[in-house]
Amino acid sequence: MTAGESYLIKQISVFSENRPGRLAAIAAALKEEEINILAFSIAEADGFGVVRALVDKPDKAYAKLSARGFNVAFTDVIAVQMRDEPGGLFEVATLLGTAGINIEYAYAYHSRDAAVLIIRVDRAADAAKVIKEMGGKLLSTITIQ
Amino acid sequence: MQCWDPRMEFLPREDLERLQYRLLKLLVCRLYHFSPFYHHRMESARVHPDDINTLDDVNKLPFMYKSDLRDSYPDGIFTATTEDLVRYHVSSGTTGKPTVVGYTAADLHNWTDSLARGLSSCGLGRGDVVQVCYGYGLFTGGLGLHYGAERIGAAVIPASVGNTERQVEMMQDLKATAIACTPSYLLHIGEVAERMGISIKNDTSLRVGILGAEPWSERMRTRVQDWLGIKAYDIYGTSELSGPMFSECSAQEGFHVWGDLALVEVLDRESGEPLGPGEEGEMVVTMLQKEALPMIRYRIGDITSMETDVCPCGRTHPRVRRVTGRVDDMLIIRGINVFPSQVEYTLMTIPEVGRHFQIVVDRKGSLDDMLVRVEVSPEGISDRIQDLIKVRNTVEQKLKNTLNVTVEVELVEPGSLPRFEGKSKRVIDRRNL
Amino acid sequence: MGPKRPRDQAPLPRDYDQGIIGMFWNEVIETLPPDALEALQLTRLKETVHRAMKVGFYKKAFREAGITQDSIKSLADVEKLPFTRKQDLRDGYPFGFFAVPLPEVNRIHTTSGTTGKPTVVGYTKNDLDSWADLIARNMTMVGVRKGDVFQNMVNYGMFTGGLGFHYGAEKMGCTVIPSATGNTKRQIEMIHDFGVNVIHCTPSYAMHLSEVAEETDFSMDSLKIGLFGAEPWSETMRRELERRLDVTAFDSYGLSELFGPGVAFECPERNGLHIWHDAYLTEIIDPASGERLGPGERGELVVTPLTKEAMPLIRYRTGDVTKLLEDRCACGRGTKIARITGRSDDMLVIRGINVFPSQIEHVILGLPEVGNQFMVYVDRVNHLDEMLIAVEMNRESFHGELTDLTRTQAKVAKSLRDALDLRTTVKLVEPGSLPRFEGKAKRVVDRRGVV
Repeated sequence: MTAGESYLIKQISVFSENRPGRLAAIAAALKEEEINILAFSIAEADGFGVVRALVDKPDKAYAKLSARGFNVAFTDVIAVQMRDEPGGLFEVATLLGTAGINIEYAYAYHSRDAAVLIIRVDRAADAAKVIKEMGGKLLSTITIQ
Repeated sequence: MQCWDPRMEFLPREDLERLQYRLLKLLVCRLYHFSPFYHHRMESARVHPDDINTLDDVNKLPFMYKSDLRDSYPDGIFTATTEDLVRYHVSSGTTGKPTVVGYTAADLHNWTDSLARGLSSCGLGRGDVVQVCYGYGLFTGGLGLHYGAERIGAAVIPASVGNTERQVEMMQDLKATAIACTPSYLLHIGEVAERMGISIKNDTSLRVGILGAEPWSERMRTRVQDWLGIKAYDIYGTSELSGPMFSECSAQEGFHVWGDLALVEVLDRESGEPLGPGEEGEMVVTMLQKEALPMIRYRIGDITSMETDVCPCGRTHPRVRRVTGRVDDMLIIRGINVFPSQVEYTLMTIPEVGRHFQIVVDRKGSLDDMLVRVEVSPEGISDRIQDLIKVRNTVEQKLKNTLNVTVEVELVEPGSLPRFEGKSKRVIDRRNL
Repeated sequence: MGPKRPRDQAPLPRDYDQGIIGMFWNEVIETLPPDALEALQLTRLKETVHRAMKVGFYKKAFREAGITQDSIKSLADVEKLPFTRKQDLRDGYPFGFFAVPLPEVNRIHTTSGTTGKPTVVGYTKNDLDSWADLIARNMTMVGVRKGDVFQNMVNYGMFTGGLGFHYGAEKMGCTVIPSATGNTKRQIEMIHDFGVNVIHCTPSYAMHLSEVAEETDFSMDSLKIGLFGAEPWSETMRRELERRLDVTAFDSYGLSELFGPGVAFECPERNGLHIWHDAYLTEIIDPASGERLGPGERGELVVTPLTKEAMPLIRYRTGDVTKLLEDRCACGRGTKIARITGRSDDMLVIRGINVFPSQIEHVILGLPEVGNQFMVYVDRVNHLDEMLIAVEMNRESFHGELTDLTRTQAKVAKSLRDALDLRTTVKLVEPGSLPRFEGKAKRVVDRRGVV
C-alpha cells in the first residue's frame, strides 16, 4: 500500500429510485447490522438518485444492501480535515484550488473533534498525495472505518 | 457523358449572353411595372428599364439584401398571387422574423431542372439510388435534392437527417450509389460505418457524393474521395435563390451557374467594381426567371471567384469556385446558417439568463458543435440542480427553435463572460477545414 | 324529409360550405356503377397477380396453393390467394418484394418493422402519380381547392405521411408549407402569417396546437379544414377539435405498405371512410380463422392494392379492425369502411407512429447496461402521447456514480429513438423491481383511455 492509498476512503453509493420509502429501506438495512453512518448525502437526477454514505463498516453495509436487492457500489473519496472555525473551509479550498484538484462532488460533516470535507475527485490517490505534500490533513481509513 | 439538357448546357457563349440579356430586360420591365417594391427601388436608384441595353448594364441596378426580405415579411415583395404559389419555404432570418421564399409551379420546375442538369453532369441518372440526407421540410436542402434526383429518374431514399447508424444500414442494404448531404455529415457517416465494421469503399455501392450547404476544401475532397472511394462534388445554393441550385460537373472545377437561370457577378468588396476571372470578391446573383420572389443583384454575402472560359466538360456556362469566406459574421453550423444576432435576440426573451453570451464553435469528430455560454441571471438562480437543468434546457430549446440547429448551452456565473465595447467578438470558431 | 341520418354521423358545422358536396377530382372513377367497378377491379386484380408472379415470395406461395394466371376468373377468386403479413415483408428485406428492376424504382420508403429490420416500400413513377392522385381525390372530396394554403404538419422523409400529402396537395395546386413537426409556436405563427386554410396532422397534435395557440397572440381564423390521421380518434375528439380550431375535421386512413396515407378518407357525410375501390380490393376477415366476413361484421381489414407496380401485394393483412358499411353514401361514391376501432395485434400508435412492443424488447435486449425486463406506460399529457419505458439498471453497470445512471438512461433513450423514430422517456428502476411474467407478458399499460 502506498502512502496515498491508505487515505482513500470507501464510500458506499446506492442506486435508488426517487420515491417515498426508499431511503427508509436503506436505513433499515444498515440499522439491522448496527452500522453507523458518519456522513451522508443524496444526489438527485431525473426520477432516480444516488445515496452516498460514509459508514463505519463499509463491507458489511455493501453485503447487507446487496442482499436486500439494492444496487450498491464502492467509490473512493478523500476526507479532508478542516479547522472548525471561520476560514476553515477557505484554507482547504485554497489548497485544493492551488493544487489544481477539480471536485466532482463534496459534502461535509462536523463532529465533536473536527469538521471534515468529503470530496470525490478523479485520480483520488494522486490527489491525496498532493494534499498531503502541501500540508493538508487527511483522515485515514483507520480513523474512520 | 450524361447530360440533361444538351441544347441549353452547350449553348454557344454569344447565344447564351444574348439570351441572358433578353431575360434580364424582360425581368426589369416586368418588375418596374408590376412590383411596387422594385419600382420604388429603381426610381430611388434613378434607373429605368430603358437604361438596360446590354448585359453589362446590370451594374446600374440597385442591390438587394437579406434585410429586404425580413423587412417585407412575409410576402411583401412577392410578385405572384397566392393562387399561383405552390410552395413556401422558411429559413431563419438574421433576427426575429424568418426569411420566407415562395414558389410558383414554374419556379419549382426551374429549381428542379437546375438540379437535374447538375446531378446528370455528375454522372447520375436512372438506375442510381440517391440517399438524400439533408433535412426535409421547411429547409430547402431535402425537398430540393429530392425533386432533382426524382426528375432524373433515380430511386430516391428520403432519408432526411439523423440516426446515422440507420443511414449506414440503408446505404448498404438499399444499395445507394449516391448520397446528398453536408460534407461533414458524410465524414461522420464514414466514421460511424467504420465503427460498425463497414467500409463504405469496399462494402457499399456508393460512388458519388453531392456535398454542400457548408464550406469545405480541396483537402477535404481528397480525403473523402480516397477514404470512401467516391467522387465528391460541391453543390451551392441558398433558399433565396430557391435552394441548393448549382453543382459541379465531372470536371470538379467549380459549380456551373446556369446562365439562363442566373446572372452572376463577382465584385470588389470595397469599390463594387466588377472583377475579372479568377479574382476573388463578393458574389452577387440576379435570378433571371424566378416568378414568385425575384432576386436582383442579391448580395448573399459569400466570397469567391468566377471562371468564364468554357469548362473542360464542354459546358459553356460560367463556373464559380468554392466559397472561401463571408462578408459578415454568419456562421454555418451543420449546413444551417446562423447569425450571432439571432442568439442575442433569443436570449433577450429568457429572463433566467443574462444578455451576454459567447459562442464557441468546434468540430468534434467530423460534426460541428456549437456551444453557447450564457450567464445565469438573478431570476434563474436556484438551489435545485433540476431547476438549473431546466433553465439550460429552456435556453437550448429556444435556441433550437430559432436557429433550427441543436446547440449545447453552458450556464456560467454572472459577470464571468468578457464584456465588449463596440462590435463584440462573441464567436470563437475553432474549426479548421 | 330527407333520408334519415345514421346515428353515429357527425353533423357538419353550420358554416361549412355545402357547395363542395358533389365536387370530384375524378368523378367518373369515383362514382363508377357497381358492375363497371367490378369489371375494372377484376382486370386490375389479374394484372396484379401477374405482376406478383415476378416476386419470389408469391411465386412460391402461388405454386404451393396451385394458383396460376388463369385461377382468377372472378373477384370471388381472390379468396384462393394467400395472405401477406408484415412479417413476410420483413423476411423479404430489402428488395424481395420488388416486382420491377431497380432502374424502374423512383422512390424508396422504409417503415419500422416489428423487430430489427425495417420494411422497405418501393414506388415507380406511376406509383407516385397514382398515390398523389388518391390524395388529390381525398382533399377535393372534403372541399380543398387550388389556391388554398396547406400546412403539412407531419414528418417528412421516410415517413410516408409527409411526402404523401405534399405531392397530393401540390398536384391540386395548393400552396404547400412543408412545415413538418415540432416548434409548435412557429407552426401557429405560420398559420397566422400565411393565412393557412387547411392543415394536416395527427389529431392529438392538433389538440396540442390549439392549446399552445391560446397562449399566443396569433389567431388561426383562416383555418377551415383539418385533415387528421395516423392514429385512432373519436367523435368526442372531433367535436373538441372543431370547436377549438374552428375547422371541419376529416379522418384519414392509410399505411405505407399500401403507398401511405390516402387509402381511405371521410367525405362530407362523415359516417365512414371511402376506400378507393378502383385502387384497393377490400375484404374483412376474422383475424383468427382467416374466414371472410360479410358487410356489417367487424374484423380485420385485408387489402389487395390494384394499381401498385413496384411492389404489388396480395391480400395484405393490415391488422386494423373495421367493418364494411352497407348503406350507399349520399355523396355518390362507393362502399365505405367504418372508422378504425382497434388492432388485431399488439401494435401501439404513439403520436402517429406505429410501435410494436417487440421492437422495444429487441432494443432492450441489445443493451448490456440494463436488464431484460421492461414495462411500457402510455399516457396522454397535454393531448400528446407520452411513452414511458421502465427498465432495470444492470448491477454490473453501476459503479457508484450518478453519471453511470444518467449515461445509461440517455443511451437507452437514444437507442429507442433510433429504432422507433420516437422520443420516449426512460425510467431506470432498481434491479428486480419490475413485474416478472409467467406465460404471456403484459408489458404495456395504456392509460390513454378513450380519446
